Amino acid sequence: MKSAGSQSTDRAAIGPPLWLLAELTYRCPLQCPYCSNPLDIANYGAELDTEHWLSVLTQARELGAAQLGFSGGEPLVRKDLEVLVESARSLGFYSNLITSGVGLSDQRVGALREAGLDHIQVSFQSSDSELNALLSGSHKAFEHKLAMARSVKAHGYPMVLNFVLHRHNIDQVDKILELCAQLNADYVELANTQYHGWALKNREALMPSEEQLGRAEAVTNAYRKQHGEAMKIYFVIPDYYEQRPKPCMNGWASMFLTVAPDGAALPCHSARDLPIAFPNVRDTPVRDIWYHSEPFNAYRGNDWMQEPCRSCPEKDIDFGGCRCQAYLLTGDARNADPVCDKSPHRERIDEALLQANHYRQEPSPMLFRNMANSRDLISSDTNSSDIITSDTAGD
Amino acid sequence: MSELLQTSGMDRTQVPRIEKHFRFQWEPAQDCYVLLYPEGMIKMNGSAGEILAVCDGERSIDDIIDLLQTKFPDAGDLADDILEFLTVAHEKRWIAVN
Repeated sequence: MKSAGSQSTDRAAIGPPLWLLAELTYRCPLQCPYCSNPLDIANYGAELDTEHWLSVLTQARELGAAQLGFSGGEPLVRKDLEVLVESARSLGFYSNLITSGVGLSDQRVGALREAGLDHIQVSFQSSDSELNALLSGSHKAFEHKLAMARSVKAHGYPMVLNFVLHRHNIDQVDKILELCAQLNADYVELANTQYHGWALKNREALMPSEEQLGRAEAVTNAYRKQHGEAMKIYFVIPDYYEQRPKPCMNGWASMFLTVAPDGAALPCHSARDLPIAFPNVRDTPVRDIWYHSEPFNAYRGNDWMQEPCRSCPEKDIDFGGCRCQAYLLTGDARNADPVCDKSPHRERIDEALLQANHYRQEPSPMLFRNMANSRDLISSDTNSSDIITSDTAGD
Repeated sequence: MSELLQTSGMDRTQVPRIEKHFRFQWEPAQDCYVLLYPEGMIKMNGSAGEILAVCDGERSIDDIIDLLQTKFPDAGDLADDILEFLTVAHEKRWIAVN
């Protein structure tokens, strides 16, 4: 691994992992071009089996994790999901299923409730069928998602509807909110795309203009004013339009643990963007990974920081922003997140914004997230020398 | 908001319970009670946790005050603090009352 200087970290200061994100699989029936999974999804071998996952759940719960997200890819492709949910419930987790709804049926919604699932988040691509189909690469998905959202409510779950916003759907925020109200959503996440993984590859095609963003925020605020808090709306702006970075993951490995489909343990779901060999739950106990592994300690605290972060009075507020974004846009994960206007690399953000705000006649092309495109990217990446393309779990 | 405040004025005969979309439980690793909800968690301080722990949908607010007064005899008169917290908890929809 590069760029992860060793340091003495005060063990007593390391809090427990409160959140476990279990990415059960990279397999997915949809092909969303803003997917947060790594570009090289075709590169990773066999998925953890049921026994492994049960052990991960038990270990993480012992360490103190209380929130559990079942995610992916599409977690519903795992046939053992009900078994894992049942175990999560008996361990005392609050478990969230983060799904596209594809692969769900009314019967399965009920079976998962029975098994002890607490909450289902259904992600939509758009408020209308046509755009939804274009973005997800599936023509049947939209109607099915509507039916599943109704089923989720009928079975008594709290429901979060998630819309990833970008330049092709951000002008529909009014229709999106109308749809959410019709479906009786308890929470709505209007989450602007964060530019990691596939989304970074498709940034030019996805980044909204400032005008679009302003309109969407105004519509959201007007909706809140008119309708109150009965449906709680979270609006996440794209951090490129901020002057200070987000306090990413509340600090590196401070409370959040992701386990990827192959068992790699990550401090966040985008960390595979970094050139770090992460430990694997197949051969290392979760406790050792969390407290003692070099990658998890690499950016804890602030000893690793360089200028302008090191002397910045805000360093304990935003923790220098996102390590992945710093690496992806500046080549060094220890640099300040270039979103920060104190960063000497801020121009890389501004260039992207300039492009986003430039009138274009033709829409930019998008690369869809699927195994075939992932394999193409891997084989065209001449910098990768240690690639294994055989026997991937994702087809 | 003002409407919320008015409707949440607490009557001591009311019976509070944890709102159905929350789960309330003790977390040994954090040494506190927490409220869990979709993709989120609220840590309770000591007294807030003790109050919510007895909001079981059967005890009235009067019962809750009596119970906690007995449990913490050296704490002085707790009624105002309990009412104030329950009012806030109701506004935040952590609890429902009937």
